[in-house]
Amino acid sequence: MTATTTGVRVKKPARKRAQHKRAIAFFVTPFAVLFSLFYLLPIGYAIRQSLMVVEREGTFGAPTEVFGGLSQYAQVFQDNDFVSSLGRMFLFGIVQVPIMLGLALLFALLLDSPLLRGKRFFRLAFFVPYAVPGVIAAIMWGNLFSPNLSPFTDLTSSVDFLGADLVLWSIANVVTWVFVGYNMLIIYSSLLSIPAETYEAARMDGAGQFRIAWSIKIPLIRPALALTAVFSIIGTLQLLAEPQVFQSFSSAVTSTFTPNMAVYATASIPNSNLAAAMSVVLALVTFVLSFSFLKFTQRKEARS
Amino acid sequence: MSSTVQRTKEIEASRASKGARGPREHVMSRTVAMVIMGAFTLYFLIPIWWLLVAGSKDTGSILTTNPLWFADFQLFQNIGDLFAYRDGVYLEWLRNSVLYAGVGGAVATLLAGMCGYALAKYRFRGREMIFNVVLGGVLVPATALALPLFLIFSEVQLTNTFWAVFLPSIVSPFGVYLTRIFAASSVSDELLEAARLDGAGEVRTFFTVSIRLMAPALITVFLFQFVTIWNNFFLPLIMLRDESLFPVTYGLYAWNTQLNQLPELRSLVLIGALVSIVPLIVAFLSLQRFWRSGLAAGAVK
Repeated sequence: MTATTTGVRVKKPARKRAQHKRAIAFFVTPFAVLFSLFYLLPIGYAIRQSLMVVEREGTFGAPTEVFGGLSQYAQVFQDNDFVSSLGRMFLFGIVQVPIMLGLALLFALLLDSPLLRGKRFFRLAFFVPYAVPGVIAAIMWGNLFSPNLSPFTDLTSSVDFLGADLVLWSIANVVTWVFVGYNMLIIYSSLLSIPAETYEAARMDGAGQFRIAWSIKIPLIRPALALTAVFSIIGTLQLLAEPQVFQSFSSAVTSTFTPNMAVYATASIPNSNLAAAMSVVLALVTFVLSFSFLKFTQRKEARS
Repeated sequence: MSSTVQRTKEIEASRASKGARGPREHVMSRTVAMVIMGAFTLYFLIPIWWLLVAGSKDTGSILTTNPLWFADFQLFQNIGDLFAYRDGVYLEWLRNSVLYAGVGGAVATLLAGMCGYALAKYRFRGREMIFNVVLGGVLVPATALALPLFLIFSEVQLTNTFWAVFLPSIVSPFGVYLTRIFAASSVSDELLEAARLDGAGEVRTFFTVSIRLMAPALITVFLFQFVTIWNNFFLPLIMLRDESLFPVTYGLYAWNTQLNQLPELRSLVLIGALVSIVPLIVAFLSLQRFWRSGLAAGAVK
């Protein structure tokens, strides 16, 4: 690093531009190279792999990869396990994301209102689960839900949290438990950036906290809400660790329970071409959903 | 910028004092608010309390004694057993996690900070294009990259190595996004101009002046990258076979899948889970004033 500094230190106005160029290259190149290697190259590679098929001469011939057009994609959509894993995640997202963000919004508004005491404590307590990795959180809740292992056997012996009907929602509970506090803090930070004078007039008119929250605060923090929603949608479609851990506790979690589990299961067959096509489809679905959600929420407001 | 932290604090303080002064709200609303928050405090903290209590018990008494209160307090024996199990494989996992997440997070932060700074403070051809591509990278789900990364790493025969997990972890597009926004508002052009007049080079100015002004954003990026790497599951799952390379979360997952054959692992899984989350909770809570201001900068813009 010092070697580069001395090179740039020479001061000649005429060469200033070129010198800046060197500094810029020094700043940008490391990230750009790694980003190309570990982001762009894998994306390109996945797309290439997804367009290939493996052919064999006869039953026992050597396998060769040949261009197969979109045939892997046709297979992805005929793969019932993959399609139903996507459907399961839509269901999960439609229920879990609004509940999680609704709670996060409620807590953030309460923290921002004069109704609470001990705000610092609540802020910390609600955020602690975010420091717990998904794998660990799933191990904890898997134990808590399990009919034999749970400390709350009265409840878990009468309600089958790990059965086929409820296990999806038990996993939703794990995700909610981990991420509510995180989303609460993003929303709360955004509430703090609203100047207090904004509420003065409303207070003078005798508006209560609920009215202020509904008519003033929520509209003003819509960008933060959209941001948390997009992150949550991305997170939902990527779900992997929690259900993978739950396999140890529940036989209802199949090896293709979520799209990413299906990708992993397919890659382990091994059928990397089909798995690559699944990865591409999943990335596109995620991208389209989060992007259109952003556009949808931005339509009403002036962009900053 | 430290003044952002200051400001956040001031706002909070002023709002808190207003709350204490003006008991205009109904007692009813206050009670409801406290009850809601109290109930959810239990929801968030009971599982962690349970883990602490379970970690302090002997395997037999986990299931037979009150799950939410201590029986035979042997937390430290359990930790000793955990560290001694199979020649200290758990400690090896902890060390791996610290290397992947700690060193990886630091490198990722530095590289993202340099790039974000250049995008904010210099005008050059391709600047907007680079930023837009990186922004697209933020929206690419990380797990979609795991499989192609595995295929690429197996072509150069680097799967099942330290680098297979480490190298992909040091790229943080989100870090570039956040540091760019932060540098644009917190590092003033006048200051850079003054440094240039003093004869300091661009790179030197970055490392001596700008990097300090960007500290809250850099700490935020570090913490988030740290957590992302620490929690990463797909990459170790798909890349690693050799137990001695596992990060701690993945090692605990592996133990947890063997519970049917080796039920005695259960108490090790629980104490191992407890030990692995304590440093994270401590780090997060003690550094929170830094990253909260960075978070605010990212959320508002």
